[in-house]
Amino acid sequence: MATTAFEPRIVAFFCNWCTYTASDLAGTARLAYEPTAPVIRVMCSGRVDPQFVLKALQEGADGVLIGGCHPGDCHYQEGNYKTLRRFRLLKRILSQFGVEDERVRLEWISASEGDRVQHVINEMTDQLRKLGPWHARS
Amino acid sequence: MKLVKVTIDGIRTEAEDRTPLVQVAQKIGVKIPTLCHHPLVEPYGVCRICTVEVHMRGRVRLVTACNYPVTDGIEVFTQTDRVRRTRKLILEWLLARCGHVPLLNTLAAEYGITEPRFGRGDDTCILCGLCVRVCSDVVGAHALGFFNRGTTRYVGTPYDEPSDRCIACGACVEVCPTGCITMDDEVEQIRGELPLGPMTAIYIPTMQAVPHQPVIDYDSCIHFKTDACRVCAAVCEAKAIDHGQQDRREEIQVGSIIVATGFQPVDPQKVPQYGFGRYPNVVTALQVEHMVNASGPTNGQVLLKDGSRPQSVGIIHCVGSRDKNTHEYCSRVCCMYSLKLAHLVHERSGAKVYNFYIDMRSAGKGYEEFYNHLLEEGCEFIRGRVAEVSDWAVTPAEQGKLVIRVEDTLAGLVRRIPVDMVVLSTGLEAREDADEVRRLFNMSCSSEGWFLERHPKLAPVSTFTDGVFIAGCAQGPKDIPDTVAQAGAAAAEALALIDTGQVELEAYTAWIDEERCSGCQICVPLCPFSAIEFSREKKVSTLNEALCKGCGTCVAACPSHAAQQHHFTDAQIMTEIEGVLVR
Repeated sequence: MATTAFEPRIVAFFCNWCTYTASDLAGTARLAYEPTAPVIRVMCSGRVDPQFVLKALQEGADGVLIGGCHPGDCHYQEGNYKTLRRFRLLKRILSQFGVEDERVRLEWISASEGDRVQHVINEMTDQLRKLGPWHARS
Repeated sequence: MKLVKVTIDGIRTEAEDRTPLVQVAQKIGVKIPTLCHHPLVEPYGVCRICTVEVHMRGRVRLVTACNYPVTDGIEVFTQTDRVRRTRKLILEWLLARCGHVPLLNTLAAEYGITEPRFGRGDDTCILCGLCVRVCSDVVGAHALGFFNRGTTRYVGTPYDEPSDRCIACGACVEVCPTGCITMDDEVEQIRGELPLGPMTAIYIPTMQAVPHQPVIDYDSCIHFKTDACRVCAAVCEAKAIDHGQQDRREEIQVGSIIVATGFQPVDPQKVPQYGFGRYPNVVTALQVEHMVNASGPTNGQVLLKDGSRPQSVGIIHCVGSRDKNTHEYCSRVCCMYSLKLAHLVHERSGAKVYNFYIDMRSAGKGYEEFYNHLLEEGCEFIRGRVAEVSDWAVTPAEQGKLVIRVEDTLAGLVRRIPVDMVVLSTGLEAREDADEVRRLFNMSCSSEGWFLERHPKLAPVSTFTDGVFIAGCAQGPKDIPDTVAQAGAAAAEALALIDTGQVELEAYTAWIDEERCSGCQICVPLCPFSAIEFSREKKVSTLNEALCKGCGTCVAACPSHAAQQHHFTDAQIMTEIEGVLVR
């Protein structure tokens, strides 16, 4: 049996009001993108516990993408600022674990930016393909 | 207030003590001629034409009615021989100075003067001083005054130089009884600067204004310049005018909000090749709309800047729409309003009308029929986007005209069409401050700046914020029938929400497990809705589910997993992560 080429697996946490709606919009607009990022919907990017990211990487994800509203546009006023704060701290820990910078990404994508969802997922998939799989358990 | 009995020409009446006689006479309908009198200024008694005969306790006197205060028991006669003789003499003296003033000649005819005894002078000013008094007492500008004495007395400005105190209010022109003072009324200049026409300082903003009440324009009201005038307050019988009013902020508690902030027309200068601002006869559709309005600045006439009628008019569609340089979308309303204007311009001016269109979009009830009607009316339709408008003439026929250069895509050739007037059908765009409004109401915008509805089909007037609805062009370009329909829908949605009388809680609020809570209070400052409070008795945080909007920020921060969110518990999401990563 021929070995299949490496396809990265990304866990995407999208906030309900902006990025999740944007990915919906990408769907209605028939914007095709890589099928590498199954989406876990949360009400706000502020709900994303840093443990979720660690858990995803532990469970074999090659990358984690967090999508929230643009600063100042949060449906819950300031949830995305708190995400940014946690994200910065988390990145410091991840670098100590040897997780490359490209593997965990935070993006602000508003509800009207369906094309940006397509662009970000495609770009991240490309980067992870080059980077290769994340061997958490080894 | 003391009332006194007065008899005028045999009519008995009562009046307040010491009221000027002319006012009492006017109230009971006795006519007394006046020249130097005006109700807005203090009586002056200088022209003497209002002379009447007053009988008081057996004494007979000739007095001027404008400044004679009535007292108890006086008897007044306005048409006796003596009065008429005196007035005739006064008129002859006035004519000796100003022999050709129509008003004086009408009066002279009334008093049987055919050829005045002292001849006719060529002056037009009777030195009544109304202009001087209005300028200083009413307007407060003090620009005019009397100069010299006796026969050389005249009205003017200091040193006969243009006065910098004059605010060009025109009050002196308005009150001058002889028409001696005129105003340089440069109609074309005014029309050029104010395409929507000159206005007074107090006006009702639009015919449909709500509330339908006049407003005072702070910048042009004389009262706020010189602290005088207040003529409007003096003539308002209802005493409704209050110059002391200040802007104030009001906080109003409401159950729901409908955002209907509308659009703004695209600035035609963003499409420089059409020459708006460079050529005076390139106008926007809104300016023509104002011209064809019967109560507008041109009384419904379509006129060029020099006041003449256009022979030919070109209407350019899609200015600022369907164009990658401005807006890619179709503004939806321009085709139909252009057709309407084409019809009106043709009807009002008889001009030949050309329409330059990309596609004719006349979708709607009766719209296509209107388009067909215009085709039969002889309106020219040229399919193609106009390349440029210039005044560069190539042939003698183009001399002095605006030339529209366009590719006629149906005929397959490039044409040059000379016209007198170019109308730009400007598209609709989101208002400049749409982004601020969006933030204020926590809504979303599409990339063009239109407010985003929650769902195009299932929730077309709702937004992502509960209780905030959108209607009209704030949501996207649409015509008036569509706007009215959408506004009705938004009002119904807003009412439905208020009418329920209760609010449905979010299904996915957070909760705090008091057994697990360590009382660290990390969650308390995180909540933007102040839904979490620390209970001092229980030494744990408590959460008010009515205030919680369900963002889950507190849940993600809780170090002891005491805070959880319905439908989004840690365990659920962890399992989801495992689920999506199953090979």
